[in-house]
Amino acid sequence: MRKFLLMLLATLVSGSAIAAGGYANLMDAEVDVSDEASLQRGAQLFANNCMGCHSAKFVRWNALPEELGVSMELIEENLIWDSGYQAGDVMTAAMRSEDASAWFGAAAPDLSLTARSRGADWVYTYLNSFYVDPDASIGWNNTLLQNASMPHVLWQLQGVPQPVYEGSGDALKVAEIVVPEGQQGAMTEAEYQQATKDITNFMAFMAEPVRAKRQELGVWVIGFLLVFTILAYFMKREYWRDVH
Amino acid sequence: MSDATTKAQGGMLGWIDARFPLTKMWNEHVGEYYAPKNFNFWYYFGSLALIVLVNQLLTGIWLTMNYNPSAEGAFASVEYIMRDVEWGWLIRYMHSTGASAFFVVVYLHMFRAMLYGSYQKPRELIWIFGMIIYLLLMAEAFMGYLLPWGQMSYWGAQVIISLFGAIPFVGEDLALWIRGDYNISGVTLNRFFALHVVALPLALVGLVVFHILALHEVGSNNPDGVDIKKVKGKDGKPKDGIPFHPYYTVKDTFGLGVFLIFFAAVVFFAPEMGGLFLEKPNFEPANPLQTPEHIAPVWYFTAFYSVLRAVPDKFGGVLAMGAAIFLLFLLPWIDRGKVRSIRYRGLGHKINLALFAFAFVVLSYLGLRAPSEVYFGLTVTLWAQIFTVVYFGFFAFLFVYTAFGFEKTKPVPERVTE
Amino acid sequence: MSQEGANKSRRRFLTGAVSVVGGVGAAYTAVPFLAYWNPSATTRAAGAPVEVDTSTLQPGQKVNITWRGQPVWVIRRSEAAVEALESVSDQLRDPDSAVASQQPAYAQNPHRSIDPEFLVLVPICTHLGCIPSFMPQAGSLDADWQGGFFCPCHGSKFDMAGRVYAGVPAPTNLVVPPYRMADNGLIVVGEDQEAA
Repeated sequence: MRKFLLMLLATLVSGSAIAAGGYANLMDAEVDVSDEASLQRGAQLFANNCMGCHSAKFVRWNALPEELGVSMELIEENLIWDSGYQAGDVMTAAMRSEDASAWFGAAAPDLSLTARSRGADWVYTYLNSFYVDPDASIGWNNTLLQNASMPHVLWQLQGVPQPVYEGSGDALKVAEIVVPEGQQGAMTEAEYQQATKDITNFMAFMAEPVRAKRQELGVWVIGFLLVFTILAYFMKREYWRDVH
Repeated sequence: MSDATTKAQGGMLGWIDARFPLTKMWNEHVGEYYAPKNFNFWYYFGSLALIVLVNQLLTGIWLTMNYNPSAEGAFASVEYIMRDVEWGWLIRYMHSTGASAFFVVVYLHMFRAMLYGSYQKPRELIWIFGMIIYLLLMAEAFMGYLLPWGQMSYWGAQVIISLFGAIPFVGEDLALWIRGDYNISGVTLNRFFALHVVALPLALVGLVVFHILALHEVGSNNPDGVDIKKVKGKDGKPKDGIPFHPYYTVKDTFGLGVFLIFFAAVVFFAPEMGGLFLEKPNFEPANPLQTPEHIAPVWYFTAFYSVLRAVPDKFGGVLAMGAAIFLLFLLPWIDRGKVRSIRYRGLGHKINLALFAFAFVVLSYLGLRAPSEVYFGLTVTLWAQIFTVVYFGFFAFLFVYTAFGFEKTKPVPERVTE
Repeated sequence: MSQEGANKSRRRFLTGAVSVVGGVGAAYTAVPFLAYWNPSATTRAAGAPVEVDTSTLQPGQKVNITWRGQPVWVIRRSEAAVEALESVSDQLRDPDSAVASQQPAYAQNPHRSIDPEFLVLVPICTHLGCIPSFMPQAGSLDADWQGGFFCPCHGSKFDMAGRVYAGVPAPTNLVVPPYRMADNGLIVVGEDQEAA
């Protein structure tokens, strides 16, 4: 029944998603916030690679254990670098935003809700769209967000992606990004895609921690309402015998 | 209505009835309110609108308990409700989904009135009350949308308030007066909050009471558009009427069940509705220094937004948008026809009404799109202009063929058909 | 319209079934609305246990902390003060701390604490909620005073274990919050001492 409902909604939503506008050619992040293993890997990658600069100020550390399926102790040991951690603290960045403004020209945005404001697929595509650009002030560029002030922090994992240009003059654009032989990172292409999917998945969780729970609960609520509606239908039919 | 039922009774009820017209009111509006027996699918939406109103009031009051109406705290307090308050996410999604559901239900309810001529004599006032409710609902929704203080909240309000600035002579002062600041700020947020949670709900509830009282004074219309009071039985009750309770209470209970299934499906599986009910940029805190790439109002305003954009002149656009709403108020007097129901009206009217509904849907869609986009070789702006003409054409044609007798109507039956 | 075709018992059954299911639904719907009033996750986090370092505390001194928005005093009593507790017993309303709601079971003893030396107390007068003055010196209130707490609002008096004197407005002893003694002189307020 859940499948059916999801399908019904998917048709509605896909229709409206087109209506709501969006970016063309985004990669599919295949978000599944009930995949605890993926969330755990994503949390680890996020804490190690993103939280140097980015905060997630609406996310409490102690909101993680339940949905990630791990203990708070494990999170304190592996993810939280701040030694002064107190219960209820949120995920703050190591870098101060004034420093970020000075170093990169802009404060690194808070990532609590990015998977909702930009969309998970956008985040996933973004993480797979960095390339080396000697003309950019930070040495990196991104095909999805041109001249982004964020360097490719995951290059040690992905390697050094090189752009393949197409056209010339004003029409010059990056047609493709490839990691050449000898410049690979610690991960294969497939591993890197999985890693960025995990980060995206974790960010989707952060954007709406209740997502898995609400879908689970929704099945019960709708099941209950079906029973109510069927009973109400028979009641209505019984009373309306008088009229017909 | 019936004095026989208010006869002295014993017990608790008798005690109350001697002091307060409880039984009398129940009988007048529910127990002995005779409604036509041929209500169809379209007649569910009135009671559903009432249910949605109750949902909005309840969830709204609850949200107020943790919401912080300040520019500094509003966005964070919504996220606090979504994450930290027990079940806060559910209450919030019920409220945000309820806002859209309200308009779905009200639009269908209004279309029903147009299908069966429920605005015609003697129900003009019911229609007027309904239109005022609709107008207040738009104000309520608009002000409510500022409260989360996201990017769309901010810039949506910016655009709409600037519309007032287009009014000649007083426009700029008026816009300033509405904002209470040179730009939208916490001051604006605070007054919108006060209106959204206190003033407008009070007015809405009052008008809903008037709407129902007026309806029960003249009696409900029906899909055949015949007056059931004309044919009464020996008991003085309309032969084609049935008491609202239990017949329509049980029927509406079933309707409620079906509605709740759809409602819950959105709340639990698609609260953002792909960006229609909760727009993506609204998950970013309001930033007065940066406009989102693409601003569109929430879907229930986009038909009028399209009309606004279709007119190249700023003030002209505002006038056209105002007229698109105001003409609906005049509908009972524009339609000079004597036949109510679409079933017995001329082919021309059927086509005209269908085109009107189609234009409304198309305009709603176009309002979500960027003006420069192209469909079938024409830009969104051009399409919006075409369908704006169709929208206004409905009223023009309606007046012409009803006032000058061009409409070929069919004979209306004496009694309702099954 | 006629009621001839009506099946009364079937009608009653269906009406009942819809009412019951609808009632259950309404009750379940009420749950989120009621639970919404519970302390939020943030409030709960702010209500987490508080650690107090008593290693540098001298006899007769006290530390003020806040736990769950309430003041909590951690007091190190002098040996004389602990001994004096016995002598005032006959002037008290509830010398044996019989009212169970006023302290955890492990503090239901004459000194009302885990360690006789350390008293942990919520200094809110059980009369009308004023904060009593801390008067540890014998004779500081009147000649017979053995040290304790004196509420300036309505003159309630408590001994150095927070036990209320007889004949004053306050009805019960001051509240001892849950706490435990950790290593290195740490006292954790808000966490119960595990049964030894």
